[in-house]
Amino acid sequence: MNQHVTAPLVELEDISIAFGGIRAVDGASIDLFPGEVVGLLGHNGAGKSTLIKILSGAYKRDSGDIRIDGQAATINNPRDAKGYGIETIYQTLAVADNVDAAANLFLGRELTTAIGTLDDVAMEHKAREVMGRLNPNFRRFKEPVKALSGGQRQSVAIARAILFNARILIMDEPTAALGPQETTQVGDLIKQLKSEGIGIFLISHDIHDVFDLADRVCVMKNGQVVGTAKTTDVTKDEVLGMIILGKCPPGATPGPGAMKE
Amino acid sequence: MADQNAMSSTSSSSSSGLVLGNPIQRFMSATEIDTRLLGMIGALLLIWIGFHFMSGGLFMTPRNLWNLSVQTASISIMATGMVLVIVTRNIDLSVGSLLGVIAMVMGVTQTEYLPALLGFGHPLIWVITLAVGIACGLAIGALQGSIIAYLKVPAFIVTLGGYLVWRGAAWWVTSGRTVAPLDTTFRLMGGGPDGAVGYTVSWILAIVACLAIGGYLIYARQQRRRFNFPQRPVWAEGVLALLGCGAVIGAVAVFNAYPWPIRIAENYANANNIPIPDGGLFIAHGIAIPVLIAIGAGVVMTFIATRTRFGRYVFAMGGSPEAAELAGINTRWVTVKIFMLMGMLCAVAASISSARLNAATNAMGTLDELYVIAAAVIGGTSLSGGVGTIVGAMIGALVMQSLQSGMVLMGLDSPLQSIVVGIVLVVAVWLDTLYRNRGQ
Repeated sequence: MNQHVTAPLVELEDISIAFGGIRAVDGASIDLFPGEVVGLLGHNGAGKSTLIKILSGAYKRDSGDIRIDGQAATINNPRDAKGYGIETIYQTLAVADNVDAAANLFLGRELTTAIGTLDDVAMEHKAREVMGRLNPNFRRFKEPVKALSGGQRQSVAIARAILFNARILIMDEPTAALGPQETTQVGDLIKQLKSEGIGIFLISHDIHDVFDLADRVCVMKNGQVVGTAKTTDVTKDEVLGMIILGKCPPGATPGPGAMKE
Repeated sequence: MADQNAMSSTSSSSSSGLVLGNPIQRFMSATEIDTRLLGMIGALLLIWIGFHFMSGGLFMTPRNLWNLSVQTASISIMATGMVLVIVTRNIDLSVGSLLGVIAMVMGVTQTEYLPALLGFGHPLIWVITLAVGIACGLAIGALQGSIIAYLKVPAFIVTLGGYLVWRGAAWWVTSGRTVAPLDTTFRLMGGGPDGAVGYTVSWILAIVACLAIGGYLIYARQQRRRFNFPQRPVWAEGVLALLGCGAVIGAVAVFNAYPWPIRIAENYANANNIPIPDGGLFIAHGIAIPVLIAIGAGVVMTFIATRTRFGRYVFAMGGSPEAAELAGINTRWVTVKIFMLMGMLCAVAASISSARLNAATNAMGTLDELYVIAAAVIGGTSLSGGVGTIVGAMIGALVMQSLQSGMVLMGLDSPLQSIVVGIVLVVAVWLDTLYRNRGQ
């Protein structure tokens, strides 16, 4: 992993957020290097999605620092995050249901003509190009996204994230709604994006989704980081132990949430 | 794999790839006419023909249709804004009261302040008055919109409060006194023999509109060709052009067939030394100015809703507010802008209503909010958000007004009129629900 010589793309340090009395994320630190896939694992409710939503601007953190390229970053809303090249594919498939695929891809960043009106044909053209690469079977460009299948909606969401030269990609359960063939496609896509130097956070509660794709895994439990490890240094069973028991194996760097021996 | 390639090389659009079935289906898919819109126009024609027979041939006369167009103008203008409000899952109950207070402010501006400042009958009075009204509408809209968007009070409550507040404010402007008569130029916005553009100008406008329809179809075709997208067959484009131009020419022919009342025409002839031929002088009304304003509002609002980023955001927000927010859209500011637009349209509607009455009264616009919402909903705007068209809402307004006009011609009692309108509203929305469920 000589790529770790370069500066980290993203550093989240000592992030905390509480909803009411519950500390959903409690002093979590995690980093991501260019061209690296970091799997963020943990049970439902472990705080993975919440932590990542802080990075994508959907939630505002109570305390902690976010650094991008070593510089302190101000992220207060999704627009700020996009400004740093952070793109997110949400677990809930946050697509606008009643507009078509092209409109979704460009939502918030529409192409316009010289007089400032929407350039729908140019957007549709670009959409056909991107979708053709991602999902060649996709042909329903004129229909509202509501009418599409789960897999098709997912490819729209992914296309949207990669369309604007993202540097940091966050994928929250990207394959949860997909069939086996589409899951393989997403896996190939992740490898392709990784080779282009994009840093990817892959969030999942299913270790099998993540283990083969990730360079490192970071396990969370009860809002705290149990530990971080290179996937080459730990076995799946050890990671499972981290997820279920919070027990940090010798190959991993323990975090504040590791079980005290 | 082979069929996949064939599919993607011949056509990327599923609709044109599956043109099968009977000739009607083929026709509909080739022309891409909205079946829902077609259904509404069909229903409107049924209503017209029905009333024509039930009223003994009084309904589909140039005179009645001309009046119908003028009566519809004010509500249809407000309905175009209500579409955007309802599409984003909000509601505006205050439009009638807003119309009232703006009409009063404009009335006082043009009869009391401006004549004292500029002199009575100054040609700029109507412009300044309209500007004051629009500024007023924008300000009230911004206030209500900000409370809804930033303080997160539900639109229903904010505008229910506005309904009471602005009705009270309308009274306050003159302590309930009616303001009349209004400025003579301002009055042209209300229609009447003077407030119509006349025979020649109407035909010129018809020609311009036909050229615009043709130009738009050609432009859209060129745009599709730019990226080699599937196109409509040429005959389908021809049919669309023919239908559009036919509707324009037909409407103008009807408006031009309605002459000035005999006495007014005689006065006009005497004043201008025109000899009166046997059988009376025929001076056509042509298109009424309020109708032109309404058409203009419809075109501009359609443009805003479909061709601008703002319009795109409105529909995206209506479909999935959370997704729109996560996509980086400033949803609160968009909400404020929608209500500002609504306020502005209320000001335009207020000038038409008060100009038509030649007076501003503090009861003006009472119950208009309900007709505006009903028009938008009959026009296919879904109260659950995300769906609606401007042209649909305007046709909805025409349907509502046609019902009222027809029942008056039939001599129905006014309580019965309310009952019928209420039933029609519910039935229309029920039919629309059936249509939508079938579509899914």
